[in-house]
Amino acid sequence: MSGNHPGLSNNFSRSGEKFSWSKDNLRSIKNIISKYPKGREQSAVMPLLYLAQEQNNNWISIECIETIAETLNMPKIRVTEVASFYSMYNTRPVGENLVQICRTSPCWLRGSNKITKTICKETKCEINDTSDDNKFTVVEVECLGACSNGPMIQINNDFFEDLDEESTKKIIDNIKEGKPNVIGSQKGRRSSENA
Amino acid sequence: MSDDLINIKVNQKEIQVDKNLTVMQACEIAGEEIPRFCYHDKLSIAGNCRMCLVEIEKAPKLVSSCTMPLMEGMSIITNSEKVNAGRKGVMEFLLINHPLDCPICDQGGECDLQDQAMYYGFDKSRYKENKRAVDNKNMGPLVNTIMTRCIHCTRCVRFATEVAGVPELGMLGRGENAEITTYLEQSITSELSGNVIDLCPVGALTSKPYQFKARPWELKRTDSIDIFDSVGSNIRVDSRAEEILRVTPRTNEYINEEWISDKVRFNYDGYYQQRIDTPYIKENQKLSISNWEESLKVLKDKLKTLKPLALIGEHVDLETGYAIKKFMSNYGKDNVECRTDNHAILERLDSYRFNTPLNDIENSDLIILLGTNPKIETPIINHKIFKAYNNDAKVFNIGENISLNYKTEYLGENLSSLNNENLIKALKKSTNPLIIIGSAFLNKIKNIKTLKSIFSYADKYKVITKEKNNLNFLNPYASRVGQLIIGNTTNNLCEPFSNLKKDNFELVLSFGSEHIANEQFNNCFKVYFGHHGDDGAMGSDIVLPTPLYTEKNGTFVNIEGRPQEAKKCHNPIGSAKEEWSILKKLSDELSFDFTPNTFDQLRSELFDKYPILSDYHEIIAVENSTSITPDIEFEDCKAEYPVSNFYMSDVISKNSVTMAKCVEEIISTPSLLEKSA
Repeated sequence: MSGNHPGLSNNFSRSGEKFSWSKDNLRSIKNIISKYPKGREQSAVMPLLYLAQEQNNNWISIECIETIAETLNMPKIRVTEVASFYSMYNTRPVGENLVQICRTSPCWLRGSNKITKTICKETKCEINDTSDDNKFTVVEVECLGACSNGPMIQINNDFFEDLDEESTKKIIDNIKEGKPNVIGSQKGRRSSENA
Repeated sequence: MSDDLINIKVNQKEIQVDKNLTVMQACEIAGEEIPRFCYHDKLSIAGNCRMCLVEIEKAPKLVSSCTMPLMEGMSIITNSEKVNAGRKGVMEFLLINHPLDCPICDQGGECDLQDQAMYYGFDKSRYKENKRAVDNKNMGPLVNTIMTRCIHCTRCVRFATEVAGVPELGMLGRGENAEITTYLEQSITSELSGNVIDLCPVGALTSKPYQFKARPWELKRTDSIDIFDSVGSNIRVDSRAEEILRVTPRTNEYINEEWISDKVRFNYDGYYQQRIDTPYIKENQKLSISNWEESLKVLKDKLKTLKPLALIGEHVDLETGYAIKKFMSNYGKDNVECRTDNHAILERLDSYRFNTPLNDIENSDLIILLGTNPKIETPIINHKIFKAYNNDAKVFNIGENISLNYKTEYLGENLSSLNNENLIKALKKSTNPLIIIGSAFLNKIKNIKTLKSIFSYADKYKVITKEKNNLNFLNPYASRVGQLIIGNTTNNLCEPFSNLKKDNFELVLSFGSEHIANEQFNNCFKVYFGHHGDDGAMGSDIVLPTPLYTEKNGTFVNIEGRPQEAKKCHNPIGSAKEEWSILKKLSDELSFDFTPNTFDQLRSELFDKYPILSDYHEIIAVENSTSITPDIEFEDCKAEYPVSNFYMSDVISKNSVTMAKCVEEIISTPSLLEKSA
């Protein structure tokens, strides 16, 4: 994967806005930390990074890192190390919809290349790029674990499976127009039952 | 003990070793050298370079020996074909992304990777793809980075976290994108940061001031000691011709282990700035160039008529101190003073030295810092306190609420905070408490009863017992303990310097002491013996050039009372003469008794008079003082710290360009002062 992938870059940036936990998150944090023994609060760094990303428009800013370091009383560099290690923590801003295209062999054999092309064309952005209207960021990722329903993509928290060019275009169009999408198989399959 | 020993075989040789060792350490004991990059004695074990592979009988695959614990009956093979092939494979992988820039690399000639590639490297590369390149990172004015050379051993990361106690370095990313960096590329804020240069097994982290200066085989090595704080860290001074090119640590497990402070490592450019290279005499309020003959003649005449006082500065060795004492004894008593900072003492060695051996500090479970900031006064001692802190010791602080790289409980600004309830409770529970009282209080004590009370307090709470004395007196000056041992001080226990004005001295001879500029000497004739032109020299009537500690031999007693030798690396700059020879000449002309004709004779006379000093590297033994005053009473005194700026605490480092850069980039940049937890 290219170094420009928002989840695989080592360069963090500031959002310029103060980051402080939302009330809901503060409650969840208390719950998460209580799962670890006293003095081992730092173990909660991964769930906290996830919460921070969720609250901070799907990316981890330096402000997020500093807030987490303060919350867990750990050095900032340690938080940074974790955030940079995992590809699902985005280290730079992404569009409203993060489109992750699976390109691993099963999806690729079933035509993920065509899906990629369609998505790039429809969203008007390159791989690892964000569209001008900030609606989409498109990235290629390795296996997301839905091989039997390939080719597939993940948009934010939802999987879209059994794709072809037409259904992919429709999904993107629906997002553009603010219409709801059918999540999961686009061929009406239930989970991974026989096609 | 035999329970702890197990039998193992290394290359068919049977040995008995401690069962808590690792395979690598056992192999070392058996005399087998294991190549390694990430493993380091003083750091936690990472096991990520894979260079230390060995074969263990019955194990299906090669094992990394640094991470492998020993087992009874284990048979280790370090020299088989399989081991060799394994290490060669690892080396080939390490070299895939390593640039072949040894000819322009500062590490060349003393590089672990270069050396080990001689044994395990292939003669040509099978890698046809592009090598990765990594952007260089800023780590401050001292550490130069060429990150493409990094092999990700993480020694520097572990050093910063575990030894320096500043978790500012880390490895970001993973796999091919892994990069070592400081948090947001800020400068490392540790006083020990230079040690990452020695730790780095490749040329990724090198010394910025030493960049492109020399090759290791061109340098002349001189073993010496650090005189920029009182710890007496062992150093190795590398010089070429008449110039010092770098300073690195020598291992001494009792004192500095393998580390030295950034001040001694990097301030050597200051050795050659603003040097006094010839005698000067003041004429019409202006210092003008003179010569030895003329200046000594003027001085001799003054010495005939005026009542002299000698001040001893912070970098004065014992032989010089002894010569001064000898010379001044011709003018009576109480006319030599090394305690120019009003350092209060009792007339016993254990009232002005660090009584706990330095490598025992880490065994303490409670440490009280009384008016001392070990982080900037003595970074090595601070590291030892940090070790104790990591062993769950509690650290209390009295004085100013200073920021250190470990958590302290602040009790208050006055000595009477020693009676704090929490502290007393903790002291009663503690099995090995330790008190460090620093110059911030010692220099302010006006009533000797306070100092005695501290002894009694220590006695009361078992800080001093028959077996151990954990009441420690810390001052940041290399010369102090030694000069006090040979009695270069006046008889006022408290405020010795302020009391000097009562004696109406007319002539002040300052041996590197900047306190000659103090207004109490305004009406005196001033003579400055020294190497750097600063306030002391500027205000003096005669300035005489003397050599720096690297330009003459000399004995120094470190803070724990351990005599050590600083050796001469090259000839003095300009026409500088050693102090003792100047005093000898003056003595001869004034018909005083001064028998030694050479430095060696002077030294043997010193050792005859003070035999305890001749035992180099051994701590001077004294009996522990127990309760010496019946009631414990502390006076009010406000802490005033002797060192406020680590990088510029004396005339030499004040003249160092490198140190000036440190002040600019590390201290003056406010954002860097915000510590990461």
